[in-house]
Amino acid sequence: MPQAREVARRVFAKEFNASNMLFKESEDQYSPQYVLTPTGAKCNRVFIVGTLTEKSDIGNDSEYWRGRVTDPTGAFTIYAGQYTPEAAQALSDIEVPSFVAVIGKPSSYKGQDGNPVITVRPEIIVPVDGDTRDLWVKDAIEATAERLQALKAGSTPDAVKAKEHYNPNVDEYRTMLQNAAKSLKSMEVVVTNAR
Amino acid sequence: MVKELARELKEKFSSMGAPDVPLKEIEQKLDLLVNQYKVPEDEARRTVYNQYARDLKLQRPQAGGDAELVKIKDIAKDGMWISLNAKVMQLWESDKSSIAQVGLLGDETGIIKFVVFAKSELPLLAEGKSYHFSKLVTDSWQGRFSVKLNKATVITPIDDIDTGGAETTMTGAIVDVQSGSGLIKRCPECNRPLNKGMCVDHGKQDGEYDLRVKAVLDDGRTAQDIILNQEMTYKVTGIDVKIAKKMAMDAVDPAVVLDEIKRILLGKYFTVRGRVAGGRYLLVNEMDRTAKDITLDEVLKKVEAI
Repeated sequence: MPQAREVARRVFAKEFNASNMLFKESEDQYSPQYVLTPTGAKCNRVFIVGTLTEKSDIGNDSEYWRGRVTDPTGAFTIYAGQYTPEAAQALSDIEVPSFVAVIGKPSSYKGQDGNPVITVRPEIIVPVDGDTRDLWVKDAIEATAERLQALKAGSTPDAVKAKEHYNPNVDEYRTMLQNAAKSLKSMEVVVTNAR
Repeated sequence: MVKELARELKEKFSSMGAPDVPLKEIEQKLDLLVNQYKVPEDEARRTVYNQYARDLKLQRPQAGGDAELVKIKDIAKDGMWISLNAKVMQLWESDKSSIAQVGLLGDETGIIKFVVFAKSELPLLAEGKSYHFSKLVTDSWQGRFSVKLNKATVITPIDDIDTGGAETTMTGAIVDVQSGSGLIKRCPECNRPLNKGMCVDHGKQDGEYDLRVKAVLDDGRTAQDIILNQEMTYKVTGIDVKIAKKMAMDAVDPAVVLDEIKRILLGKYFTVRGRVAGGRYLLVNEMDRTAKDITLDEVLKKVEAI
């Protein structure tokens, strides 16, 4: 049996960027790399929809694109180069700003302060519409709310692990979700007024 | 000893639908082999049995014995003898002369591909009708299961089976469109997709054009493989075989069809309805862009419940 495909987790940028726990489940070199986020999302793959606000080719010899994808809570940093040619090509073609969907793998490098900086290596990046962005915000709110509930109850192994490692402030994340929800409302108002 | 063997064989033939084989004749044949040609008894019985079985076109006795009645979702091993109560969901075209019928069977738990070989000489199945199938053999190919009807299979019409329960609905984002999607060619013999004009079983073929999508729908909990057939592909993407052929011709590259399908599907939310076949693929019957009917209060309620 081939290994089951890794599910794409829904995580907001603020939470994703606060992650610093990377691990593998076995010593095997092909064993997948995971990032555990503060609310207990075990990510080997993420699905993000947001606004591509910046992009630049920072490569020397070959193209190496860095982009910033913002959501209501912060921004993801994405990198695409010669090892993900399709994503690199797509990123170079997409205009800034625009709504994009990114399916990708968490990646990391050591920041100046010695802590890991978590980024996303896109497998796929495509332009999407505003409705898709709103659906994702709702999706990510619900997924995060579920994880927070599991965290409080200690009902899943990932939740227990996350609580042990991060001991996150649940109120802070609840406020983050409330703010994210407000971003849905303001968009709806704009659309109604336009009509 | 020979007499005993002969009686045993006679009984066996009767149970297989040939009661008229003369006992004397069986005895003579056995006697010739055992006593004159010094053939061991087991071997002699086997020889005589095979001779009659061939001449009278007798059905071999069941390899699997009682062929247990199972549900489609429980089929998880090949080479098993089973029985099913199932409805003929779809009949597919097959130009292959050795195949009488091929299509999908469904029950309340799932669907599975079936094949009827021409040499089995079974009555033809009607699409939409339900049957009790006694003595089928399970098979698998690349991890997907199918059932084969054979000479021993007994088909009895039964009351309509409700297959609705096997349908599932799922809302999520399309996170991958896999290679093998878009404009493909199928082997006219076995319907399998050709790879560079070659069929794994039937060698070089001209092939027939088809259009399909193999994708992954991900709701954050499960990554579900889905398949859109030609009809569904058209409904969702607006591309049919004719348009796809023109696109490929204009661009001198069949990959443009796949690129266009990817552009339409990837990263977007869809609600799909269909059946899971062979334990892996969800065969899509209905597929729509997920409507943006977000009720802010409901979303906030979920947040406040934390």
